[in-house]
Amino acid sequence: MKGVLKSLGATANAFVRRPVTRQYPEMHRDLPERDRAFPILLWDDDIDEPYCTGCHACERACPVECMTVLMKDNPNHESVGGDSRRRKIIDKFWIDYARCMRCNICVEVCNFEAIAMNNTWTGHEVSVYDRADLVMDLPQLLAQHRAGELDEWVADI
Amino acid sequence: MTQPPPVLENEFETEDIFVNMGPQHPSTHGVFRMVLTIDGELITDVTPYVGYMHRGAEKLCETMDYRQGIGYMDRTEYLANFNAELSYVMAVERLAELEVPERATWIRMILCELNRLSSHFMFLGAFGTDVGVFGTAFVYGFRNREVIQDLFEEITGDRLMFAYFRAGGLAWEVPDNFETRVREVLKDSREGLRELDGLMTQNEIFRARTEGVGVITAEDAIDWGTSGPTLRASGVPMDIRRDEPYLFYDQVDFDVITGDHGDVFDRFYGRIREASESIKIIEQCLERLEPGPIVPDRLPRMLRTPAGEVYTRTEAPRGEYGIYLVSKGGNRPHRLKIRSACLSNLQALRDMTIGGYVADAVVILGSLDIVLCEVDR
Repeated sequence: MKGVLKSLGATANAFVRRPVTRQYPEMHRDLPERDRAFPILLWDDDIDEPYCTGCHACERACPVECMTVLMKDNPNHESVGGDSRRRKIIDKFWIDYARCMRCNICVEVCNFEAIAMNNTWTGHEVSVYDRADLVMDLPQLLAQHRAGELDEWVADI
Repeated sequence: MTQPPPVLENEFETEDIFVNMGPQHPSTHGVFRMVLTIDGELITDVTPYVGYMHRGAEKLCETMDYRQGIGYMDRTEYLANFNAELSYVMAVERLAELEVPERATWIRMILCELNRLSSHFMFLGAFGTDVGVFGTAFVYGFRNREVIQDLFEEITGDRLMFAYFRAGGLAWEVPDNFETRVREVLKDSREGLRELDGLMTQNEIFRARTEGVGVITAEDAIDWGTSGPTLRASGVPMDIRRDEPYLFYDQVDFDVITGDHGDVFDRFYGRIREASESIKIIEQCLERLEPGPIVPDRLPRMLRTPAGEVYTRTEAPRGEYGIYLVSKGGNRPHRLKIRSACLSNLQALRDMTIGGYVADAVVILGSLDIVLCEVDR
């Protein structure tokens, strides 16, 4: 008798409580602020150019060699009449998301705080039909922060 | 003088059959294959085959500097990542003679014990499925594991592949609400353990399936080099946390859980009791946790170690997880060897299984709580 009442109680409890299932494509769970999806590049709004100078630090530190970096002279540098203090700037940048193992090392070694792990939900929705589409180029890597859609979190050590 | 009645041998022709179990069998916990030789319902021989998951993690680590290797340690032992990372960074620290700050050590201890808790929850869930009577245990176990895994995600940013420990300390500071969150999780886990204990330990069918099955004596267990809960179930009180304290395990108070019979039930019940001990340890660690630095003051940008070799071992949830590291100077290991607890435990499988029934083979394998990624590296 006691057991029956107990199980009825469990049923009643399940009847009134809110469901824990989330209807995924429409809604998703809240991510913690330090969530690590794939790395993306940051955009310097003050000067309107990327923070990245193409120094190859992240490329060298990457354990899985998923990055390719090319630098160029900055056409917007002070010496040529621009307003930027970056002598060199990123020319081409590819990150192969299929290889990336999201270890956060590129963020740690970056001297210019130009790269960050995507901590928004879009970083987790990168499924594609072709593997080649997972190789992200510079505009794709910059787009999200440029549009101001990244939740800021800076690691405190 | 009367003759005894003649023994009827080979009344009809029988022959042993071979049953290939795995590598895609759902209850082999990964890609593990064993060939069972069966005489009717009895197992007369077992030949295990490992290596389907071999990715050469040891060799890969030789091509990487010390920080890059941490990510690979996560992937060898995916149910107790913090414990695996800890062995590795401890080896590097000992080679490089780095001093770890006190706060970082306490946090490491809390995280490792929480990881043990989550690993044991995973075991309890999966083992319930292996025994075959419960889908319920699986859901119960995973419900509690998920709470811990969520906490790890809040701290490290990743749900499974943390890459959070660094040689010298931690990658970054824990969140401000760390203490309250850990206490919440502990409350949840204690409740979950109580439920799982009631659901499984006191179930008659479960005990009938597990008691007296897959027995291994203490001598055999030592001979095969088993460690962790598998060894302790046979009554050998060997626990590296107590025998060779690393971190601050010498400053906390906990019991080493041993069993009496060395059967499947002891291996199962030992883990439940061990999980309670973990909760006890974490609570003591939380008392001692004080603000402070989490990395040493003088940490070079690129860590280089002098030439030398070192072996560190830690008590991972499945047993002794050891790292043997040889350095010839420079920023990367010359040779890295992972001593996997699961591989040694798996070798005892043959002794445990022979003479048992086919249905018990799955239960015995499940009771070893193997992680095939760690076996094959």
